[in-house]
Amino acid sequence: MFAYIVRRVLATIPVMAIVALFVFSLLYIAPGDPAAVIAGDQATPDDVERIRASLGLDRPYLVRFGAWVWDIARGDLGVSIFTNLPVSTMIQQRIEPTLSLMVVTLILAISIAIPMGVLAAQRQGTWIDRAVMGFAVLGFSVPVFVVGYMLAYIFALELDWLPVQGYTPFSRGFWPWLENLILPAVALGSVYIALIARITRATMLEVLQQDYIRTARAKGVNQSGILFLHALKNAAVPVITIIGIGLAGLIGGAVVTESVFAIPGLGRLTVDAILRRDYPVIQGVVLLFSFVYVLVNLAIDLAYTLFDPRIRY
Amino acid sequence: MAASAAAVAAPSVVSAQGGAARSLRVIPQANLTSVDPVWTTAVVTRNHAFMIYDQLCAQDSNGEIKPQMVEGWTVSDDQLTWTFTLREGLAFHDGEKVLAKDAVASIKRWARRDPFMQVLSAGVADVEAMDDRRFRFRLHRPVPLLTMALGQTQFPCFIMPERIASTDAFTQIRETVGSGPFKFVPGEWNPGQRAVWAKNEAYVPRQEAVDGLAGGRRPNIDRIEWTIITDPATSANAMMQGEQDYWEYPLHDLLPLLRRNREMVVQQRLMDGTYGVCRFNTLQPPFNNPAIRRAVAMAVDQRDYLRAVAGNDPDGWGVCEGVFTCGTALANESGSEILKTRNIERARAALREAGYNGEKVVLIAPGDYPQINALSLVTADILTRMGFNLEVISTDWGTLVQRRASKEPVERGGWSIIHTTSSGQSLALPVYHLFLRANAANAWFGWPDEPEIERLRGEWVQTGDPAESRRIAEQLNAKAMESMYYIPLGFYWQPSAWRRNVTGVFRAPATVFWNIGKA
Repeated sequence: MFAYIVRRVLATIPVMAIVALFVFSLLYIAPGDPAAVIAGDQATPDDVERIRASLGLDRPYLVRFGAWVWDIARGDLGVSIFTNLPVSTMIQQRIEPTLSLMVVTLILAISIAIPMGVLAAQRQGTWIDRAVMGFAVLGFSVPVFVVGYMLAYIFALELDWLPVQGYTPFSRGFWPWLENLILPAVALGSVYIALIARITRATMLEVLQQDYIRTARAKGVNQSGILFLHALKNAAVPVITIIGIGLAGLIGGAVVTESVFAIPGLGRLTVDAILRRDYPVIQGVVLLFSFVYVLVNLAIDLAYTLFDPRIRY
Repeated sequence: MAASAAAVAAPSVVSAQGGAARSLRVIPQANLTSVDPVWTTAVVTRNHAFMIYDQLCAQDSNGEIKPQMVEGWTVSDDQLTWTFTLREGLAFHDGEKVLAKDAVASIKRWARRDPFMQVLSAGVADVEAMDDRRFRFRLHRPVPLLTMALGQTQFPCFIMPERIASTDAFTQIRETVGSGPFKFVPGEWNPGQRAVWAKNEAYVPRQEAVDGLAGGRRPNIDRIEWTIITDPATSANAMMQGEQDYWEYPLHDLLPLLRRNREMVVQQRLMDGTYGVCRFNTLQPPFNNPAIRRAVAMAVDQRDYLRAVAGNDPDGWGVCEGVFTCGTALANESGSEILKTRNIERARAALREAGYNGEKVVLIAPGDYPQINALSLVTADILTRMGFNLEVISTDWGTLVQRRASKEPVERGGWSIIHTTSSGQSLALPVYHLFLRANAANAWFGWPDEPEIERLRGEWVQTGDPAESRRIAEQLNAKAMESMYYIPLGFYWQPSAWRRNVTGVFRAPATVFWNIGKA
């Protein structure tokens, strides 16, 4: 197992190298000119050229790529073209809100979706099943920003229970931290609740038809024991897979949610950087996201072994 | 663990809530990405700079230039030496006195980037410190516009310590030490989320009442906190819930909602409107033909553009059918009759006469810039109705600013028409009127080549006589209408919104926060 983990961690190096090459090349050929954005309308072409030179954007592709890779190898993600702040500092400033949003969303999604899926499977064909599936269709169909605005209107503007926007760091207290995250997490989580509930239901239905479930019933195991001890554990592998995929997808979903609720996370940092063509920031964040994707995949593979003893590495 | 974290954090939360009354919470018009007002021309950076830096002289509500950091200035009889004397009691945030050498270094750095000062610089022999409080400009020839350049609002000359101002004008500074009424708090700056300023207790304001950007700049609030909220609906909700106090640029669509709220004040705070501009690429067909440009102008009805941007309320916008800012000394409509045609049929006929051969027209519209996008789409509609072979490219602003620099034909990545907006201040005088310039390769994108315009502009810079200045402005307007390398699209007002407990808000040429408090 340990050798497997080491192999997988080492395998991230070529993956990250390919991602780095790909991201850098894409940004190089993409339209847009940060020097023109910085210089503004009043600038002369000479001014723009001087700014471009001062930022090193006039250097050839290979020189720029080489310098960037050399910096990355030394753990330096570079400096933002616009803010003049180190990219690592900007990421540090933004990582907590995104991480908080993802954790709360995941906890919310798993704690609601799995019982919903199990219940729907147990009560297949009843109104409960149809209600759960109806909710799942809604969760998939209604865009996150629509859910977000509706929640803000009801729970912030009308009822005044929760704040409209913003983020309070965890260091300022659990409740101030959580109250800013509840609405965004529900909005972002609606898709994942729907997704996980559907997969849980489908997998549970399949498992509940298996011989060993019939045997358990024949042995007198009660309904909750059958569902949660026998069936759910065996249905866990596809559910874990979908949670893992969902976790990776949360990074994308967070972009919209962070905008609607003005959460200063990595999603907004990425969008702002793309719109301004702040290349070092885009490269740094994409590298980070790629690394997280790879780690999430590794974590999912390892989690399989906890639920299915037949899987060994 | 959570409980203990909450316990530890509780005092700071209470403190933050108690401090809300002494903090002005602002939603700025854009994200503060750079703190150097010389390195970038971004308006949001300029607004930040107004808080932390001071100006030698500043514009009052009538557009006149008044002393600010200086007691005053004297001009020699031959008009070739201007001597400025700094006020007593000026100090930077690090405690150092503001000296004449700081002003000189700041002027020199700013002058390398400011287009206005670059025009005047041919007449400037040197600027030098005479002692701790006095500095002078020595001139080759009289430069009557010198204080107008130093006190301008669009690219202000902010005074920094000499050690910072000696940084190259094309290199971004990191230190934020000024002598203005507020101090920047770098430790709380999180670009894209928040920027914070604290009251400069040591600031000595002028004794005069505030008047535009002139007069006493009194910091009446302990902290100013900018929160970057990119979504307008979220901004409106945050304002109505009292989570924010001041919104610099509310979206026009949301103004009725804000006005209905009793806790909100929605008013025009900036002194000038925002002007729309439709710019032709004069290097490439079909708009290298002035007759075709004029044909398009005949179809333009500014009201259509302004309704698209600012809605149906006629108090929210104004028709302005000349190149200079309406309501200012040089505003005139000499030769502007063509803009009063407003007739698509006559425009079509003019287009036929001009010999349009069906060349492809590429109009680039920035989808992420709602106002400019709206202007672009109205022009696209006009061009379609006139029978142009039109391609609309919808892209983002970052791509547009790169592509507009291309002088190539449209088939090779060039463009035919772009739109932009500009503050009224920037269009008030020929010396910094960007869209009027017609110096070919050095002109703004579109690169018109009209030597007569440039000659008139040079003549205007030299004159100090108001009547002569006006006569030249009329000639400039007439020539610009004849050449029609850009179409003025009128102006719209950009109101601000603040909660009723915010006090002391005054009209000014820029969004500034001195003299503002909270009840």
